[in-house]
Amino acid sequence: MASEGGHGPQTSGDYIQHHLQNLQVCKSDSGEWIWNQCAGNPMGINVDSMAFSVILGVLFIWLFGRAARKSSSGSPGKFQAFVEIVIDFIDSSVKDTFHGKSRLIAPLALTIFMWVFLMNLMDLIPVDWLPMLGQAAGIPYLKVVPTTDVNITFGMSIAVFVLILFYSIRSKGIGGFIAELTLHPIAPPMKGAGLIAAPFIIAFNFILESVALLAKPLSLSLRLFGNMFAGELIFILIALLGLWQLPLHFGWAVFHILIITLQAFIFMMLTVVYLTLASEEH
Amino acid sequence: MDINLTLIGQSIAMIVFVWFCMKFIWPPIMAAIEERQTQIADGLAAAERGQKSLDKAKAESGQIVDEARKQATSILDQAHARANEIIAEGKKAGVKERERQLAAATSEIEQEANRAREELRGQVSAIAVASAEKILMREIDAKAHEDILSKLAAEL
Repeated sequence: MASEGGHGPQTSGDYIQHHLQNLQVCKSDSGEWIWNQCAGNPMGINVDSMAFSVILGVLFIWLFGRAARKSSSGSPGKFQAFVEIVIDFIDSSVKDTFHGKSRLIAPLALTIFMWVFLMNLMDLIPVDWLPMLGQAAGIPYLKVVPTTDVNITFGMSIAVFVLILFYSIRSKGIGGFIAELTLHPIAPPMKGAGLIAAPFIIAFNFILESVALLAKPLSLSLRLFGNMFAGELIFILIALLGLWQLPLHFGWAVFHILIITLQAFIFMMLTVVYLTLASEEH
Repeated sequence: MDINLTLIGQSIAMIVFVWFCMKFIWPPIMAAIEERQTQIADGLAAAERGQKSLDKAKAESGQIVDEARKQATSILDQAHARANEIIAEGKKAGVKERERQLAAATSEIEQEANRAREELRGQVSAIAVASAEKILMREIDAKAHEDILSKLAAEL
């Protein structure tokens, strides 16, 4: 599309590069805020990802908050019925997995599901629409799908990770949590000659369990990021095909509807499962 | 693709959204859903109760109608019996009245006949006396022969 058009970059490579570039702002060494020269600067912010994710989060809060304000036990309106179907679906999914009592987990799951779903949904907007609109408004780069930004998925999975730690410590205590990290999967000998080997076994356990623990947020975020990034990239590649993009785009978009819903569900479900595991007592 | 402050920003945004959802979205919607569930359950139970009481009322009304029909039949029977009785009584009274009137008429007729007969007897005795007077052609002391005359009159 853009490869043939007059705007923006000319070659396919440039086109793809342009689409994968975030709109960034960061503080330079001289203390000034500079735009889009932030490669490798850890103090940068991806303004587009942040803006879209917050806008979509607010949209979710607004829609569901409106339903919540208007909710009554009488016969529901269509929108309220939709919201209640979503909530009931989340609630039953959470109840199937998490058997404890928690005021946090079900709303957390709802927020994750709806937010990730809305962010993924941005993928179905044709890849050039918003960036071109942005360029017309003087914004050089615009990456519209927040979940194709690894920062966004990591930001969410780290929040989940903190919750995993919190729930682990709350249900098992700090001692129990440390014991879980060090005394599994090989129980160290507590007496006799084997005592010499105990520190090594504990160290081994600790390394193993830490990796298992850290793998949770890592896999959570990378799974979402990988799926959405790959999907977005394929949309961009299809957009390069000229006229043939029309049937291909349609086919991939239909398939992608499944992926965006599934990935939102997986992110939510795994969060619930991890928190369930964390709060289970052994 | 670099890790930068966006990560922390996203974490903060997520915490805020989750908190908001937990405080202001989940509880009221869940409460509404649960309230409606209980309402629906109550409504179903009430409907069932209503159905039951309707069945009961139907059975009761059927019973009442049966009873009423029975009562009506018995009342009708009684009325028929009473009517027959009244007719019979009327007949009896009629018969009695007729007999009474008949008797009165009979006695009156008898009295009338007696009176007529007395009168006739008197006239006949007078005629007899007159004729006897004429026959004898002489005065007869009516007072002296009173007893004979009255004996004659009685014989007539």
